[in-house]
Amino acid sequence: MDGADDKYRDVAYYPGCALEGTGHAYDRSTRAVGKELGLRLHEVDNWNCCGAMEVKNIDPHLQTYLSSRVMSIAANEMGHKTVMAPCNGCYHNLKKAEYDLANDKQSAAVTERLSAKAGHETYAPGQIETIHALDWIKGTIGEDGIRERVKNSLSGLKIANYYGCMYTRPRHIFPEKDKGAGSESTSNPHFMDDILAAADAEIVDYPLKTACCGGAHTLSDSDTSTRLVLNLLDAAEASGADVIATECPTCHSGLEMHQVRAEKVLGKKTTVKILYFTQLLGLAMGVKPRKLGIHENISDSLPLLKQRGLA
Amino acid sequence: MPIHEKNLIRPENIVSHESLEIDGIDVSGHWSTFITSRVVTDYNEELEEEISALPGGEHIHRCWQCGSCTNACTVNALNPDFNPRFWIYLVRVGMESELLRDKDIIWQCVSCNKCTAACPRDVNPEGVMKSLSHWLELKGHTPKSPSMHFDEAFAKQVFETGRIEEGRIIRDFFGRTGQPLLQDWLVEMVRRLVWRLPTKLMMRMGLSAIMRPRTRNWGKAQAAITEYAAEREVHHREALGLDRDRQAAE
Repeated sequence: MDGADDKYRDVAYYPGCALEGTGHAYDRSTRAVGKELGLRLHEVDNWNCCGAMEVKNIDPHLQTYLSSRVMSIAANEMGHKTVMAPCNGCYHNLKKAEYDLANDKQSAAVTERLSAKAGHETYAPGQIETIHALDWIKGTIGEDGIRERVKNSLSGLKIANYYGCMYTRPRHIFPEKDKGAGSESTSNPHFMDDILAAADAEIVDYPLKTACCGGAHTLSDSDTSTRLVLNLLDAAEASGADVIATECPTCHSGLEMHQVRAEKVLGKKTTVKILYFTQLLGLAMGVKPRKLGIHENISDSLPLLKQRGLA
Repeated sequence: MPIHEKNLIRPENIVSHESLEIDGIDVSGHWSTFITSRVVTDYNEELEEEISALPGGEHIHRCWQCGSCTNACTVNALNPDFNPRFWIYLVRVGMESELLRDKDIIWQCVSCNKCTAACPRDVNPEGVMKSLSHWLELKGHTPKSPSMHFDEAFAKQVFETGRIEEGRIIRDFFGRTGQPLLQDWLVEMVRRLVWRLPTKLMMRMGLSAIMRPRTRNWGKAQAAITEYAAEREVHHREALGLDRDRQAAE
């Protein structure tokens, strides 16, 4: 991805349901970072839920339809070539819909039928490119741009970058990844590492960056989720991390919730803090913690950030 | 990591005798361990077809039993009995009763897609796990799993309004599964959060709980989705032969 490319400076923005609820801090910090960097986000008009992980379990084609409606509005009604989704679930579902509509006739037929009945244009694969917030930062200002803008260096802050499941799996829905130098890797993703390293953070070697947090069963199988999250927290602390950086609202709230649950139910206390990468990037660029929604996190990182002179 | 194998010898069929003499030789204790012979005859020859007919199970026939799915599996690392390769094998040979021995854990798949990423034959094992859970519930072998309750609570809201409000889903889910909303850890989580939040944000959160977020002019999409979902439900029941007896009676 070419950092000098301007095609991502003016994009459709699909926040999704989580960013209006438990992931509100991710929405705030994404918008604040965009504003600070002079990048324009146009919220998709009258968007709907992408179907998350749940609608797929009722019927995969319904999830494809729901995601296609978002892309159809962004492309056909707003005229955008790119839609940016910071939530891994939304990002994954839009990518999956793009793949299925191009490769699965039944999926395309169901989407066409439902779009016609719902009264909007059917999304045609290829009309729009879906990108993640990480692609957005990498593809606009890039690492050099971050280095130029750092006001509060993250120097000395040890960060474990956690990408979760939906950002890289299954790889066939991300045809632009694994394309060698400059592209993202599905086995060892590094865009968040690159971005935060450019802000001078010390990136620790974190072997569980694409392990699962059990987000699908946060409430329906809490014991499994707590065990999986505890693995992630323990591994981050063993790597020496002060902070786990996240790029997905489901992972983020899963880590926060089950950090509390592990303490209450299993008596296992961990102290590693959990922050969205956009919050860390915003802090590095001198944005006030309140504007980044840091007080909205359950994981209370303010004492640590104050101690490091970042807040 | 090794490939986790699962053998077909049931623990209750491994028998040791405390005192046993054969041909004048004392073979008491471990020396006398025998495996009770068993001949499987109760095959369900339609099992693979039934699983294939449900969403996610379409490509089960492609499996060549390499075990990459089980090796990559997040849940298998927590519970060795959670074995997607083995279940796919049982479905393909029609060993329904053997599959039913694991009926209470199959729904615990966390959809991390590690299996799907590892599978060299594009079987989509994650989808097969969903298909199996769905099949178990439709056939009445298991009650609705907590996961299915959550999916239904979630999908209901999306279908009705186009969007979700998390608080409403949590309340609906706890209601469906008969759990109290005031669980220790949830209370603790809210307590840790609330004292830091400004009143403005609290008001916004309260407001979204009362005024449901919704997509405008969603009615036609809702009707189209509801109609399609109902058609699929009929299709699934037919594929599993669930209403055959009733239809024959009519």
